[in-house]
Amino acid sequence: MSSGKQKRVIPGTTLFDGDMARKGYALNKMCFSFNSADNRAEFLKDKEGYCDKYGLNAEQKQAVLSLQVLDMLAAGGNAYYLAKLGGIFGLDMQDIGAQQTGVTKDEFKAKLVAAGRK
Amino acid sequence: MAKIVGGINVTHVPYIGRAIANNLQQDPYWKPFFDGFPPVHQWLAKVKPDIAVVIYNDHGLNFFLDKMPTFAVGAAAEYSNADEGWGIPTLPPYIGDQDLSWHMIDSLVENEFDIVTCQEMLVDHAFTLPLELFWPGQHPCPVRTVPVCINTVQFPLPTAARCFKFGQAIGRAIESWDTDARVVVIGTGGLSHQLEGRRAGFINKEFDLMFMDKLVNDPLWVTRYSVPELVELTGTQGVELLNWLTCRGALSGDVTKVHGNYHIPISNTASGLLAMEVA
Repeated sequence: MSSGKQKRVIPGTTLFDGDMARKGYALNKMCFSFNSADNRAEFLKDKEGYCDKYGLNAEQKQAVLSLQVLDMLAAGGNAYYLAKLGGIFGLDMQDIGAQQTGVTKDEFKAKLVAAGRK
Repeated sequence: MAKIVGGINVTHVPYIGRAIANNLQQDPYWKPFFDGFPPVHQWLAKVKPDIAVVIYNDHGLNFFLDKMPTFAVGAAAEYSNADEGWGIPTLPPYIGDQDLSWHMIDSLVENEFDIVTCQEMLVDHAFTLPLELFWPGQHPCPVRTVPVCINTVQFPLPTAARCFKFGQAIGRAIESWDTDARVVVIGTGGLSHQLEGRRAGFINKEFDLMFMDKLVNDPLWVTRYSVPELVELTGTQGVELLNWLTCRGALSGDVTKVHGNYHIPISNTASGLLAMEVA
């Protein structure tokens, strides 16, 4: 499932394009539902059942249940929608950034501060 | 005819909402960001806009990926904020200006921008927080509003050149509106940041400062870059600078900088603020 078109390669980055939007539709639709507090509570009661209700495939479900952000992205997740899932677990953008880049939260925050000193 | 008094561009990081709710403006982490605003408040008190046209991108509150307009214009009497899922406080509704909305819609379509029109529209932090920063604690917000939403979520995004032209068309629309209203144009988002992937935390100070500098007097400078190039230079969310460029496009004639501020980091973002006045 791919448009087959040539894409610009940006290190460590996947553009959320048509290919990813198709691939991740069910996952992102589930995350969109988390705008509602009732849905967030329902998810927490039965995570796997909630994933099934939205038709997530095995890869997406595994990524969600293990809370692995890079895996969710590879399965077509979009950052803005995944943030709503992260919010359920109290994860902020530094938690998510640290997990994706394989450093501690403090190290990730220090890297951001350092970017301002350059 | 209506008068555009100027434009203001500003970052729209969600956690600004939490900082405001918890009165952290003078906290050492937030102070360099919030200290940028008093000169803008003074300028707004001087130019006295009646209406704000707010150019922003939705983050999955009003639009889902089922229907994703490239450009959308609000045409409601009132715009509500709502739960975005990550726990920042929901703000009270904003008053619309349906006369300006429909004048803009008529003018934009006449000028070949076939926008989506929204008679119901939820507005997320990218719309609400800038208004909260410019008119702090004033509920309802003292200006009427027209939301203009640009897709910066699902690629393909509109090119920088297209966004600038869209901004020019917005400017012409406002200036052809037969009233004596005073309008400020607001563009929100950016500057460089990337939330996702192994490059999460990417920031490009050098590019941001160049962009802010060029935007005042040489706004077409940034149109030399394709959208993927802008992502490479500014991050997957840094590309929200398209909203800043659209805002700048709406300003014609002699444009001067009123005030600017730039600080790293706010959350994962290089925060920027740039107010410009039209002679």
